[in-house]
Amino acid sequence: MHEVTLDHLKREGRIVVVGASLAGLRAAETIRDKGFTGSLTMIGDEPYEPYDRPPLSKGVLLGKSTAERTALPRRRAIDAEWRLGTAATGLDMAARRVRLADGDEVPYDRLLIATGVRARPWPNAAEGELDGVFVLRTRDDGAALARRLDAGPRRVLVIGAGFTGSEIASACRERGVQVTVAERGDAPLVGALGGVIGAVAAELQRENGVDLRTGVMVTALEGDSTGRVRAAHLSDGTTLECDVVVVSLGAQRNTEWLAGSGLGAGPRGIACDAGCRAFDIRGIVTDDIYVAGDVARSPHPLFGYQFLSLEHWGNAVSQAETAAHNMLSVSTDRRPHIWVPAFWSSQFGVNIKSVGVPSMGSEIMIAQGSLAERRFTGVYGYQGRVIGAVTFDNARWLQFYQQQIETTAPFPVPFPTVDRRPDGHRPVPADFPDPSVPTHGPTITLSGYSPADRRMTFTPAGH
Amino acid sequence: MRLVVDLNRCQGYAQCAFLAPDVFAMHGDEGLLYDPQAEEAQRERLAQAAAACPVQAILVDDLDRDLAGAAEGRDA
Repeated sequence: MHEVTLDHLKREGRIVVVGASLAGLRAAETIRDKGFTGSLTMIGDEPYEPYDRPPLSKGVLLGKSTAERTALPRRRAIDAEWRLGTAATGLDMAARRVRLADGDEVPYDRLLIATGVRARPWPNAAEGELDGVFVLRTRDDGAALARRLDAGPRRVLVIGAGFTGSEIASACRERGVQVTVAERGDAPLVGALGGVIGAVAAELQRENGVDLRTGVMVTALEGDSTGRVRAAHLSDGTTLECDVVVVSLGAQRNTEWLAGSGLGAGPRGIACDAGCRAFDIRGIVTDDIYVAGDVARSPHPLFGYQFLSLEHWGNAVSQAETAAHNMLSVSTDRRPHIWVPAFWSSQFGVNIKSVGVPSMGSEIMIAQGSLAERRFTGVYGYQGRVIGAVTFDNARWLQFYQQQIETTAPFPVPFPTVDRRPDGHRPVPADFPDPSVPTHGPTITLSGYSPADRRMTFTPAGH
Repeated sequence: MRLVVDLNRCQGYAQCAFLAPDVFAMHGDEGLLYDPQAEEAQRERLAQAAAACPVQAILVDDLDRDLAGAAEGRDA
């Protein structure tokens, strides 16, 4: 009976994808690859066909390309009806319909939600609207910021030294633009990679002429009489003159449109099972709603089955393919999404790459190369196993460490035959900030109960 | 022609930068910068670069004209 239903779905069902970016596009291609011949609708709030975001903070700001040229290549034709420039505003799970901002409703038999994240705006809306204040997430953001950098600003202030903020600062320096970076934490990248690596990143910024200020917050932005930003006030009492401000304070998940729908969606994303099926608010898995990409969070066996949510390019592709496969499969043919986290960044001419979940690591050891040369592999350990690795200009080692993570290999790493410099003999504390203290958003969020963690005590609420 | 490089896969072998220098350039010792929308004149070089990449990290569309999205409405 189930087979008949699935066959019918494949032939003449209705699949709706909300979110027309990387995950949405790759899912749509996979859906057609699986032989789906029914109707496919792609809903996106931006007016553009799916485009790639990583170039926006790199090649586009460097003037090597333009934001308009970042449309993603297609693996195949997907024969979809596109509803671009129209945000989804609601979901009726019982009637299986998605509501759109233009009042229309789109019915579905299977729904994929890939609405991603957006840039966290400057908390003071009036200051955030000053001319010259930017965030960087969308194609329009990238085009507007690149234009402003072309015009030769006197000084750019970047608020937040995560990956995006650091890449923006790097692009400014490469273009000869004066730039100040204000970071609440002790070092750049500290939330994602810890203080040992953060110190290297700080050196890299300062050597390249960035006015890096750590341990400070921007308390206010000030405009001139024409509404253009002219200065920023910092928590250490200083005032900084600047004519461009880029707010790089991490991202927020696009789940508000699901409020009241009954789907298990909130500020941390949409909870789903390992097969990308979304949970409803009762903790019951849905049969017809799938999630993929930045907005999804799912349990991962390598990381204690905690819910893992990743703002990673590769995860968006992989999770989209898995979700699409599972949408069109009987239960026994479904696959789990157990991608190993991996990301890259490029700043100040250094190629930074990572696998696993460094931010879970309590210790780090430099297994190859050296911090002083800024060419190294740092391996992160957690409870006696390898949990993550980072490389600065040493990317070819990563595949090896990915295998180590996947096989829960012991930490400290015991390879006496590979290049190990003096500073790598012993693990040292990785020096991550206290997660209970707010800092710039990490690109990996772990949440939920870990069945492996025996220190957990359950306290019923409200009694 | 639109292209994207999976930079998780890319290991900086630089074959693409040799074969299609107007599209790909090394940035530092192992980073890669590229123009995600290459000019039509680059078609042949781009095809060679994609084929030569040791880790097959380059995805290009429209190399096979039959694949072009002509059939799909790109309208809103």
